[in-house]
Amino acid sequence: MTDVSITPASERAPERYHPATKLGVTGFGFYVYLLSDAILFSALFATFAVLKTATAGGPTARDLFELKTVGLETACLLTSSFVCGLAMQAAEARRPRELAALLCVVFALGAGFLGLEIREFAGMMAAGAGPDRSAFLSAFFALVGAHGLHITVGLIWIGVLLIHVTTMGLSESYFRRLFCFSLFWHVLDVVWIAIFTFVYLLGIQP
Amino acid sequence: MFGKLTLHDIPFDQPIIMGTCLGILMVGAAVLGLITYLHRWRWLWVEWITSVDHKRIGVMYILLALVMLLRGFSDALMMRTQLALAGGGHAGYLPPEHYDQVFSAHGTIMIFFVAMPFVVGLMNIVVPLQIGARDVAFPVLNSISFWLTAAGALLPNIALGVGEFARTGWLAYPPLSELPFSPGVGVDYYLVALQISGIGTLLSGVNLITTILKMRAPGMELGMMPVFTWTALGSNLLIVAAFPILTVTFALLMLDRYAGFHFFTNDAGGNPMLFINLIWGWGHPEVYILILPAFGVFSEVIATFSGKPLFGYRSMVAATMVITVLAFVVWLHHFFTMGAGANVNAFFGIATMIIAVPTGVKVFNWLFTMYGGRIRFEPPVLWTIGFMITFVIGGMTGVLMAVPSNDFLLHNSLFLIAHFHNVIIGGVLFGCFAGMTYWFPKVFGFTLEPRLGKAAFWCWFVGFYLAFMPLYVLGFLGMTRRINHYDNPAWDPYILIACAGAFLILGGIGLQILQLVVSIRTWRERRDLTGDPWDGRTLEWSLSSPPPAFNFPLLPAVEGLDAYWTSKSAGLSPGRSAYEDIWLPKNSPVGFVLAACASVGGFALVWHIWWLAVLGLVGGIGALIASSWREHGEVCIPAAEVARLDHLATVFRVRN
Repeated sequence: MTDVSITPASERAPERYHPATKLGVTGFGFYVYLLSDAILFSALFATFAVLKTATAGGPTARDLFELKTVGLETACLLTSSFVCGLAMQAAEARRPRELAALLCVVFALGAGFLGLEIREFAGMMAAGAGPDRSAFLSAFFALVGAHGLHITVGLIWIGVLLIHVTTMGLSESYFRRLFCFSLFWHVLDVVWIAIFTFVYLLGIQP
Repeated sequence: MFGKLTLHDIPFDQPIIMGTCLGILMVGAAVLGLITYLHRWRWLWVEWITSVDHKRIGVMYILLALVMLLRGFSDALMMRTQLALAGGGHAGYLPPEHYDQVFSAHGTIMIFFVAMPFVVGLMNIVVPLQIGARDVAFPVLNSISFWLTAAGALLPNIALGVGEFARTGWLAYPPLSELPFSPGVGVDYYLVALQISGIGTLLSGVNLITTILKMRAPGMELGMMPVFTWTALGSNLLIVAAFPILTVTFALLMLDRYAGFHFFTNDAGGNPMLFINLIWGWGHPEVYILILPAFGVFSEVIATFSGKPLFGYRSMVAATMVITVLAFVVWLHHFFTMGAGANVNAFFGIATMIIAVPTGVKVFNWLFTMYGGRIRFEPPVLWTIGFMITFVIGGMTGVLMAVPSNDFLLHNSLFLIAHFHNVIIGGVLFGCFAGMTYWFPKVFGFTLEPRLGKAAFWCWFVGFYLAFMPLYVLGFLGMTRRINHYDNPAWDPYILIACAGAFLILGGIGLQILQLVVSIRTWRERRDLTGDPWDGRTLEWSLSSPPPAFNFPLLPAVEGLDAYWTSKSAGLSPGRSAYEDIWLPKNSPVGFVLAACASVGGFALVWHIWWLAVLGLVGGIGALIASSWREHGEVCIPAAEVARLDHLATVFRVRN
């Protein structure tokens, strides 16, 4: 067997070849993950759609949902996404202090959203409309709760990002993580808008 | 303190279970003792447990699959011998509550912990080598994926000795799997184990998609990718699209069981059929997740050993992607008897039959590849030809059942059991064995002994037909699945033949173990010094066997299909001038630590030991956060060192 080798790319790399950057690879992978997350939520939406009339004689959406709280939650979350965008700009401009301050705002708004949601859940449970009351309420708590769980993970993530930026500054790998976080946060917004529409707005329709 | 767990949960009064547990513990202790005796703990930790090298991780995946194959197969033997002894009013030796656990564990283990890790392992090893990449896109994530799968595989084996496993069948249909009807820990073991391994699989899917789409060698366009890589892409797209559905489905059942929700219960508006729909929304794509990479293996094997380019590359790729899409529109054929109505059933029946078209295209492509070729009958080719015959039969019985009116007669009969074993053994498992024999020299540097390999094939092949063809007949005779004992003399001969077939397969497995032992003992005689033992066509054969940690000393420039074959034909000589520094990912213990936390936390969840479950969760999150502090996850191999290693390998290959 004679030695045969492939032409190395360093000698003849095709002109159209542009190797992917690290940010490109990481970002792409995270997009793929987010697509899988979207499917996770679709399965929960499908479950809710099937079970939303199965109230088993218990309270219905119209009895339970309060648009004022939900509106406030939506405001919190959308604003936090806007601020998250500003934080990305601060990171691109290499301004770590501004970035840290903006991340704190994102955290506060996210925590505000979560607090309102927990209050809503607690109120429903206290009124005898917990997830064990009916299949409709099971589906509601699972779908909205799954979103809330994602927000919780996001809050922990912001915490880690804050500690990183204050102790280690704005490195290349930090920027990749921040980029992934901002994608995650924006997608949670999109999911929330779907929840707001299909669960709350359509839920209270007569 | 220990939740529901007491000493009574260990079945000391069951000699079969206790004997098995004792055997496992003794083998385990022997292995640990051997490692200690040989002072190999450090080596094990550095070279394997914390390794993020895709080749090592792939090997560990396949090792896991082979070990679990022994477990799953012993379940199969128990079922066949039980039925052989339990005719004509006899009760056999397995009481129903144990038998029910055996068939549930058999299905769960064979699909989730044999077939899945086997194909994922093959994809892990081969895909980066075929596309000219130095590793997968996210090496540490890859290690996490593997270790989560291993943690998932651990739990059903703990269930063997501590408590019980599910008695619900391998998909745990409610309402049977709900708390009132399955109050024990069996279903919880099942759910927790599959949740953990499912997350591992999902992450591995994300990783391989990114690898294939973002890390290909310079010049390799999508239309130049080897067919195995194409099928791996299809398979991983399905993983990413289907596994979240599984996660949701099991999470909802867990909420029912743990927190009193009402998704699938009989009361308070729950809907058990929702579970069946959701689970098959994952379950049918899962079938293609398994079979597509097997199709890829057969495509590589048949082209290589026929000495010809694969016939109809473009149609092969198109067929793969059509199957990927159609995999999502046929799930309802698993429960035509639900009563969704004639129109719905007709839609799904026709969609199912349409899938036979791209599959048929593939079969013809393989046949035309062989036509006019100079075929070498090495073991991988035997598995491939055995597959083509077996899979066509299995495919045709599948199309029979795709007709809803037929399905009403055959649903849950042994005809169905025969059908899916026909495609999963004859397709997925034969493909895995073909792939293992084919790429073994690439990974380990020596070939597997061929005569024992051929003998093992014939045992499996004939054993398969003996074991499963009688089940088709039994299905027509009215025997349903999951029967513990029976009283119908007309079934006797078929059940005995099936049992004999299972023992012939046992012989095949024995020969495979012998083949591994003999090959390792005589490895010096069967070394692969050329790096290209089969006269291969794709990039992985251009490397030395085994390849260096960084795979490619120089990234290859790809200009067409079968890149290595083209270079060989043109007789290109090496131009080894411009070596560059190569950055390799450092080892990471995070996968192992995460899996340890998942196992402990999972076990605690099963037994309602809440404090320990919380500890496991916090430990896992803590490990992930701690690992994020590592800013420099790579080590540099200087260009001079790369040049030296490559030169050594070249001299070595030319001299031999």
